[in-house]
Amino acid sequence: MEQPVSSVQVTGRDNQAATTPIKVSARGVDVFYGEKQAIKSVSINIPSRSVTAFIGPSGCGKSTFLRCINRMNDLIDSCRVTGEILIDADNVLDRSVDVVLLRARVGMVFQKPNPFPKSIYDNVAYGPKIHGLVRSKAEMDVIVEQSLRRAALWDEVKDRLKEPGNGLSGGQQQRLCIARAIAVSPEVILMDEPCSALDPIATAKIEELIDELRQNFTIIIVTHSMQQAARVSQQTAFFYLGILVETGSTEFMFTNPHDQRTQDYITGRFG
Amino acid sequence: MNWLLIVILLGIMALGYRLGTRRSRQVAIEGKQRLQSLPAHYGMLVALWCGIPSLIVVILWIGASGGVLDALALAELPPAVAEADQGTQLRAIQRVMDLADGVGVADVATPEELTVADAVKRARTIWQLAVVAIAASLAIVGLVLTLRRITPRLKARDQIEWLVRLLLLASSTIAILTTVGIVLSMLSEALRFFTFVNPASFFFGTVWSPTFSSTGAGDAGEYGLLPLLWGTLLVTIIAMLVAVPVGLMTAIYLSNYARPSVRAFTKPIIEVLAGIPTIVYGFFALSTVGPALAGLGDLLGFPVNETSAMTAGLVMGIMIIPFISSLADDIITQVPGSLRDGSLGLGATPSETIRKVIIPAAIPGLVGAFILAVSRAIGETMIVVLAAGNSPVLQGNPFEAVSTITVSIVNQLTGDTDFAGPQSLVAFALGITLFVMTLALNVVAIFIVKKYRDQYR
Amino acid sequence: MSSVAHAPSPVPASRTADLVAASLKRRRRQETRFKAYGIGCAALAVLFVAILFGTILRSGIPAFFQAVMSVDVYFDPEIVDVGPRPEPSEFPTTAAYDAAYLAWQNELAGINFGRIIEAAINAELETPAASRDLRVIYASNERFRLRDMVQADPGLIGQTVPFELIAGADVDVWVKGNIDRSLPESQQQLTLVQQQLVDGMVEDGTMHNVFATWIFTNVDSRSSPATAGLAGAFVGTLYMMLIVIVLTVPIGVAGAIYLEEFAPRNRFTDLVEININNIAFVPSIVFGLLGAAVFINALQLPLSAPIVGGLVLSLMTLPTIIIATRSVLRTVPPSIREAAFGLGASRVQVVFHHVLPLVIPGILTATIIGVAQAIGETAPLLLIGMNAFVANVPSGIFDQSTALPVQLYLWAANENQNFFAARTSAAIIVLLAMMILLNGLAIFLRQRLQTRW
Repeated sequence: MEQPVSSVQVTGRDNQAATTPIKVSARGVDVFYGEKQAIKSVSINIPSRSVTAFIGPSGCGKSTFLRCINRMNDLIDSCRVTGEILIDADNVLDRSVDVVLLRARVGMVFQKPNPFPKSIYDNVAYGPKIHGLVRSKAEMDVIVEQSLRRAALWDEVKDRLKEPGNGLSGGQQQRLCIARAIAVSPEVILMDEPCSALDPIATAKIEELIDELRQNFTIIIVTHSMQQAARVSQQTAFFYLGILVETGSTEFMFTNPHDQRTQDYITGRFG
Repeated sequence: MNWLLIVILLGIMALGYRLGTRRSRQVAIEGKQRLQSLPAHYGMLVALWCGIPSLIVVILWIGASGGVLDALALAELPPAVAEADQGTQLRAIQRVMDLADGVGVADVATPEELTVADAVKRARTIWQLAVVAIAASLAIVGLVLTLRRITPRLKARDQIEWLVRLLLLASSTIAILTTVGIVLSMLSEALRFFTFVNPASFFFGTVWSPTFSSTGAGDAGEYGLLPLLWGTLLVTIIAMLVAVPVGLMTAIYLSNYARPSVRAFTKPIIEVLAGIPTIVYGFFALSTVGPALAGLGDLLGFPVNETSAMTAGLVMGIMIIPFISSLADDIITQVPGSLRDGSLGLGATPSETIRKVIIPAAIPGLVGAFILAVSRAIGETMIVVLAAGNSPVLQGNPFEAVSTITVSIVNQLTGDTDFAGPQSLVAFALGITLFVMTLALNVVAIFIVKKYRDQYR
Repeated sequence: MSSVAHAPSPVPASRTADLVAASLKRRRRQETRFKAYGIGCAALAVLFVAILFGTILRSGIPAFFQAVMSVDVYFDPEIVDVGPRPEPSEFPTTAAYDAAYLAWQNELAGINFGRIIEAAINAELETPAASRDLRVIYASNERFRLRDMVQADPGLIGQTVPFELIAGADVDVWVKGNIDRSLPESQQQLTLVQQQLVDGMVEDGTMHNVFATWIFTNVDSRSSPATAGLAGAFVGTLYMMLIVIVLTVPIGVAGAIYLEEFAPRNRFTDLVEININNIAFVPSIVFGLLGAAVFINALQLPLSAPIVGGLVLSLMTLPTIIIATRSVLRTVPPSIREAAFGLGASRVQVVFHHVLPLVIPGILTATIIGVAQAIGETAPLLLIGMNAFVANVPSGIFDQSTALPVQLYLWAANENQNFFAARTSAAIIVLLAMMILLNGLAIFLRQRLQTRW
């Protein structure tokens, strides 16, 4: 599945990025809410098995764009998306694409931890169960354990898998949601400000986890915090007023941006 | 006469208000001091002090005058009347009162009656004059005293507001009084019933056959609750079997699938069902559903009674659909959208999301709603009165006529309010049984729903 | 930690896509089925409304049109044999006049106006019919209508006036086809002779349907079902509505204000709230028992009177109004209260000057909805004697009276269902029209007066 569509020279001097295969590629994406245009002609290439951060002031369209990638915007009646978003070779915006299959390939972690009112075990097992990924309880046990291990939660919850997921702390809940997402083995994981509701210690844990996960997944994270983007991402894209202003390797973006607006934002002139 | 008095009093109060505001401005100017409250507050204070004590006297008089004059008339009437039974006494007194009022009476009034009527008339005039005098002096005393109390430092506003608060508090306690009234009135009558019938034979009796022989002694009949309880349960079960699936699925469809335009169109229509009086459903059951079911039974070759547990239950189910669907809609929309997004984000279909995430999350609230619906079904009266068939026999066939607790209350009490024998008193024993059952269900349900709401607040 | 993260993916990503794709068909079918259940149930609920309204309208609307006979009534002086009506000017005192007038009225009441009606009908027929057949043809209360006409205008005696004579209930049933015409005579309400008589009159146009205004202006009648109307019940319901409004609005709003704006959080307040919520769900019949025991038995208020009905309905409506008013009060943003407090207003002033005026539309809406609910209640009214037969329009709240829903119950339970089934449906239409009107008014007011923040 992971044949690279193309290899693109990412802006900047980062040689490593230049050779990475592209996982997600957007071309001329426009998003409208009713008459209002929220995103204007966004084109971006997102490399495989790395972390890409979307930054920008609130209301700039970064979350909206993120939600286009697994078509969560379909849930909003007035929302209309045009253009192309390719995952490998498939245009996910095509009406013929089944969102169920798409979302199984592109998992999502939300701003606020949203564990289901079920046990920890059932939370993780939910995705594999509905998608029919396992045939036996034993297989499920393996998936649950491995997903929780990969979300760095196993040691904390292994003795209370039957307890409700809401009983965990905020940081644990968010890691549970990450475990729930990776249990389906998606190719891409979208994270919409996953740490905004967490304290600094829990945030650090999640950031560490994100860094580990990029070994296996393509991760796209929307974040409010430039420090977080600098810490966890390899590529950064700066959105402003619905426009993708600039994209490049994180290191380059934070040290030597091309655009004045990027410069102003990362130096804290606005935001 | 009494009304005139009240109008005059209101006039005096208005005068008091004027004088109070004037006086307060005056003292402020004289004392070169700022008033503690607005002149209007002083005015109101004066008005209240001159009005309320007199009003209380007048109202007491209006309440007591009937009894006082009746007693007077009875004392004046020949002793034979006082010794007669209550009905005769009342009739005699009524005749005298009519004579005193100058209204004609049947037959010719006897001289004694005319004398008594005269006496009553005189007494009434004296009393009324006395009341007017007392009320007037109270008003004047209140007026003068309060006017003299007015100083710039008098906290008129606080006093008025204290009274306002008291009135507000009193209004809010009506609910408690109602509950107390229900419990006490029913309990006392029910206890009287249990002096006729052993509680055990009421609560555990399997035969319901009250006889309508003349009140009091003799064969009172049998008052076994169980056949009625069984009928109530049977009808309720059928109603819930109809209402829960249809109501719940309707709520699910409207809250999760329906386009806004469909929702805007369907929701009010279903709520129309909720606003229809139950007597209309009862008539619908009696005139349409019952014959239709009986016809269906004929077609299929088994006997179906036109009025039966099935008829009443079906129609009651229809009645409860909107109740359940609007409560369930409420509860489902309270499930946080983030759970729905989480499930959809994992690739679940909408129906998987509803069945495996939203409904389980909403279950406590839904259970509360269902319990409230059961409580409504148990207490519903008009549908079963018209369509259940009134046959208080323990039997299991839902296509046969049954009777319920509410039907029996209506049967035992309609048109009979002397509450002398078990025949009518049993209604209160049934009533308190019903009250306790529904109260328990309501308390549990309201508790569950509240807890559920707090969980997602 | 890093050793854990490097564990192999539980299911390879490519396998996920394949497995999910394989499950899609089944899951789409499941989705369609589930959605179909939803649509089906919503449609079923709407269908029930349609059937309910359909059957009631179908049987009720014809009841608003009733068979009458256009005849010429000749007030034959030989039959209407009374002296001249006494006039006040002829008597020295009003008492003497009253006595004379009463005597004249009694004389008039003794006259058999049935003979006049029968003669009038016979005049329309080619061959005169027997009296016992004619008596069934017209509604018996029509005799009193003629009497009242003479009483109002004695000059009619000796004159001939055109008259729309209301046909009897059985005739109406026969004309409308509400009874199976093929049934043998023994099972019919009309004899063969009467049937032919009626059919003949329908054919030559003497008998025809007109809009039955008397449904709205007449009171209930047992002896003459065809002229029975809703006037008494309507007025009774109106009185009760008034009592409910007068009692529940001030008390309910005051109680809501106390709980929302003043009440401290303590046990007593909790107790009040629990009570209000519970009373809202207590079965209505229990309130009937309360009314019978307290208002009628203990306080000796009259049986069947709107005052008792109004009191009982008020107790039932109070929680509705309190709960609704509280929720409206809660919508007022705290900033408004804070602004007033900031200017030094007391809590009472804040509530009465600033908060209350803003929520009046909401209270109005709540009141209308509460009242609309109350006027449909039947069960409690049965227990306080409002199901008694009352042949007068009540002239006060202490008079004997019935109410619309109770009238409906009485008609629904009447043995002569051939006639009264339709009559009941007609009464239901009137009741529902009233309720829809009230609810429509509430919706209109809500949209018109709603305060937006």
